[in-house]
Amino acid sequence: MPQALLSDAVRELVRDGDTVALEGFTHLIPHAAGHELIRQGKRGLTLVRMTPDVVYDQLIGMGCARKLVFSWGGNPGVGSLHRLRDAVENGWPGPLELEEHSHAGMAAAYAAGAAHLPFGVLRGYAGADLAARTRVARIACPFTGEELAAVPAHRPDVGIVHAQRADRKGNVQLWGIVGVQKETVLASARTIVTVEEVVDELEPRPGAVVLPAWVVDAVCPAPRGAHPSYAHGYYDRDNEFYVAWDRISRDRDRFLAWMRRHVLETADVGEYLASLQEEEAVFA
Amino acid sequence: MSGYTPDEMMAVQASRRLGDGSVCFVGIGLPSVAANLARLTHAPGCVLVYESGTIGSKPAELPLSIGDGELAETADAVVSVPEMFAYWLQGERIDVGFLGAAQIDRHGNLNSTVIGPYDRPLVRLPGGGGAPEIATGVRDVFVMLRHSRRSFVAALDFTTSVGDNVRVVVTDLGILEPVDGELTLVAVHPGADADAARAATGWELRVADDLRETEPPTAAELHALRALRTKGAAA
Repeated sequence: MPQALLSDAVRELVRDGDTVALEGFTHLIPHAAGHELIRQGKRGLTLVRMTPDVVYDQLIGMGCARKLVFSWGGNPGVGSLHRLRDAVENGWPGPLELEEHSHAGMAAAYAAGAAHLPFGVLRGYAGADLAARTRVARIACPFTGEELAAVPAHRPDVGIVHAQRADRKGNVQLWGIVGVQKETVLASARTIVTVEEVVDELEPRPGAVVLPAWVVDAVCPAPRGAHPSYAHGYYDRDNEFYVAWDRISRDRDRFLAWMRRHVLETADVGEYLASLQEEEAVFA
Repeated sequence: MSGYTPDEMMAVQASRRLGDGSVCFVGIGLPSVAANLARLTHAPGCVLVYESGTIGSKPAELPLSIGDGELAETADAVVSVPEMFAYWLQGERIDVGFLGAAQIDRHGNLNSTVIGPYDRPLVRLPGGGGAPEIATGVRDVFVMLRHSRRSFVAALDFTTSVGDNVRVVVTDLGILEPVDGELTLVAVHPGADADAARAATGWELRVADDLRETEPPTAAELHALRALRTKGAAA
């Protein structure tokens, strides 16, 4: 590495039982990498993500996860995540431990992880029931005495994000809604970045985040690898897919058949997208 | 009642309460409709902040998710998620925050976490997301929620966020505001009355002595609202 096949990077860098964070706040969600975790049958993962949406619904439904650390687990704009609900409500396909936070708490925990601090501090979790159900403590400001919340830092074993592009040396550039990806990469012991394309030289872009090659373990080309999420400047969010996921995921058998057809029986993101197009052509 | 839907009425009522220049933390669905409507009608200076990190978004169409590309393309600034919550929300730069929920109690406390016990929920809901700190970090919380006994409950199954800053609850039957710490029906929409609101509330609902009737949407409001036609019908 740094430039590697996604399948090789996942095989070498992600181990069963690891704590893995796939981040991307509605934009640049690393779906291709999530699919590769499923294909390789990773087990016992602690999955960390602010907004576990479709990609984590798939990982949970396929039995990859032991625990979920999160702050909002829904299908954005659509409704529930049926695989997440089935795991929490019925223990299918296995029990799922939850560590639940607020967005502000998760963001502070990632920022603390990137800074190699033991905890993040915020004015949060006040008066609500979550504080008693999660890993958060009240601390006093040493200067004013103000009571604040402390959340333990996120230090994932592996951080995985998707970006628009990298250069041949492995420097990564992403822009648009940049979410918590920089913090995820800097907080993690090992990192995989999938990219839309590898270019000779990164042109500077306003508002872009640049991750130097030496903080990234593997850069893996995965064009359209965020689908059904999007890559700003490359392709739009597939809103229809998110709506369709509600029907696909509601039923266990239909979900498993879909995952077999489109993930387990495909080798990479190109085959995955081709399989979706074939199905569309049949049902059109 | 004819000529507009209950959702349109709710969006219009919430929109009218947003001042020109007010800075709003907007979620997806009705809050996004209401804030965009305000921006396109009486409050062109209304600043829309989406938790994905976009500040001053001016979408021409309603987004399906809080992170649609158009929100970033039309924004004054795009910031990271840690910055959004630390500098902007916790930094007290936001005036109004919209919240929805599965349950609300008479004090404006909200539940969007679970129905049933936390450890063995009957229904696992998506969870609080930004709500716990929005509820305490903005000056005014606006709640938008359809009126029913399932949602307006005597006791929450879980307190996701606290009601201290809730200034108004807009429902499909009317408007509730806190009076002496308890949500009180202060207005009803045309076609609804206090009895209908009482029947849809799981506690003994207080009703203001000077109960008002809300003004129906104007033609201009409905025109602007419908032009914002949502991309995803399910949103």
